[in-house]
Amino acid sequence: MITIKDVEHISWLASIRISDEEREELVAQFNTILEYFQQMDEVDTEGVEPTYRVVDLANVFRDDLPRESLSQEDALRNAPRREEGYFRSPRIV
Amino acid sequence: MDDVIIGLEIHVQLNKLRSKMFCGCSTSYHDAPPNTHTCPVCLGLPGSLPVLNRRAVEFGIKVALALNCRIAEETMFYRKNYYYPDLPKGFQISQYDYPLATGGHVLIKGDDGQERRIRITRVHMEEDPGRLVHAGTIDKAKYTLVDYNRCGMPLLEVVTEPDLRSPKEARLFLDKLRTILEYLDVFDGNLEGALRVDSNVSLAGGDRVEVKNISSHKGVEKALSYEITRQRNLKRRGIEVVQETRHYDELRGVTVSIRTKEEAHDYRYFPEMDLVPLRIADWVPRIKAELPELPDAKRERFREQYGITDDHAKSLTSEIKVADFYEWVAARSDPKLAAVWIADVLKGELNYRDLTIDSFSRDHMLEIVRMLSEREITDEIAVTLIRTILDRGGSPREIAESMGLKRADDDYVVQAVREAVADSQEAVRDYLSGNARAINYIVGQVMKRTKGRADPSVAHRLVKEEIERQSS
Repeated sequence: MITIKDVEHISWLASIRISDEEREELVAQFNTILEYFQQMDEVDTEGVEPTYRVVDLANVFRDDLPRESLSQEDALRNAPRREEGYFRSPRIV
Repeated sequence: MDDVIIGLEIHVQLNKLRSKMFCGCSTSYHDAPPNTHTCPVCLGLPGSLPVLNRRAVEFGIKVALALNCRIAEETMFYRKNYYYPDLPKGFQISQYDYPLATGGHVLIKGDDGQERRIRITRVHMEEDPGRLVHAGTIDKAKYTLVDYNRCGMPLLEVVTEPDLRSPKEARLFLDKLRTILEYLDVFDGNLEGALRVDSNVSLAGGDRVEVKNISSHKGVEKALSYEITRQRNLKRRGIEVVQETRHYDELRGVTVSIRTKEEAHDYRYFPEMDLVPLRIADWVPRIKAELPELPDAKRERFREQYGITDDHAKSLTSEIKVADFYEWVAARSDPKLAAVWIADVLKGELNYRDLTIDSFSRDHMLEIVRMLSEREITDEIAVTLIRTILDRGGSPREIAESMGLKRADDDYVVQAVREAVADSQEAVRDYLSGNARAINYIVGQVMKRTKGRADPSVAHRLVKEEIERQSS
């Protein structure tokens, strides 16, 4: 069961502020999602290897060749705040 | 110090690669303006997809094998989720279960002089986060500037078991690791941020404190010593050490608390579905065959092949460049003499000037060693030559000629000995009345008269003979 506390913790981890109403709504939604997954618990998986992927593909690589990067201007184009070529973010710690 | 328990997590930048871990951005960003080495992949823009650098995996396997690890049959990437401005995606691509390699070890010489085996828990691959520039110190900054040039740099994380017993052992371990990495040619330790260390430190019975942000192998000893003293002081005052993460402030030489345990380490790892698993066990024999001779093996061989002492062999193999330099000179001259002059003198003079072996030409070293074995110059002159070359440049022969630095010929020395003995009658009397050390004064006078160009052992013998001749 997901509680209000879990939702608060998750919103803190994601740095997303949510209102009291949203909190209630999310508790209900998270629990619905969990219920879907609980249905899968009913299947007997004894002796079945975990399936991480449905496509049996492995070893996809690129060669170690550098190619051109974005210009500083393009890299910063979506930044809400910038300073001397840097992205500027709120004080963190 | 028996109660100190230290484990290390070392982040090694594979900066000899040309492109980043999951995109084609160049790795040579070190002198570049901020945010000039990025692309949609390493900026985490929507719709971009990572593709793994094959050579990064080969480098990882190389390092893991050199650390005596087992390479996994199958290995895969995970997302490590945390929200911090150095990660534009909100997660770091790292490894979790199924790391690249596990269960290795490195041998170091411990505090007690005994060989110690430091176990390696695991070696895994990940991407470097961006670089944060704090306006002011980390706890006082008003805002943070972010440069993503470093973001996506290929990293290896090497995790040790808590097998280290002192800050000094931690440094010795890092020195050894760095040497191995340089031998493997996967890493240039002189580049900023090439090796970064987090550590877990505790006193027996106490809680474990994580110290982050130790950015140099020199800083590790200071940071750990500070943290151990801090924990001891708390213990002495009856205060319990709490489990926490602390940040090492290199400028102030202190550790600062940054967050408590319950907030951190909730990384919600899950498989990175944008990357497929790796089945690379069949690469191992080829990579193993290509491994170069590693420091321990080279040291052993130097001792046997050149008949030099273990201390010299250790000193000469501590850097691959020094080892290559030595072998080149040793192959063309007296290997024992070359070992003494490179390990004891040249390295010391370089160190004193904060220079590397690249600053001295091997031809010049060979010339000096040859001049010494031909007895053309004395030890004193050889030291002068090395210092002069480092400080002013030039070649040994030119300098020796222009400064008149040649081993004095015998007649000249004999004359100087006669004069010195005649002028030091008091010392002669002391010597004859049984004070053997009085002779050193007279030898000193000879060296003065010959301006250091006499061979001290020859001068010593001649002075003795002169006194005996005189008094008989």
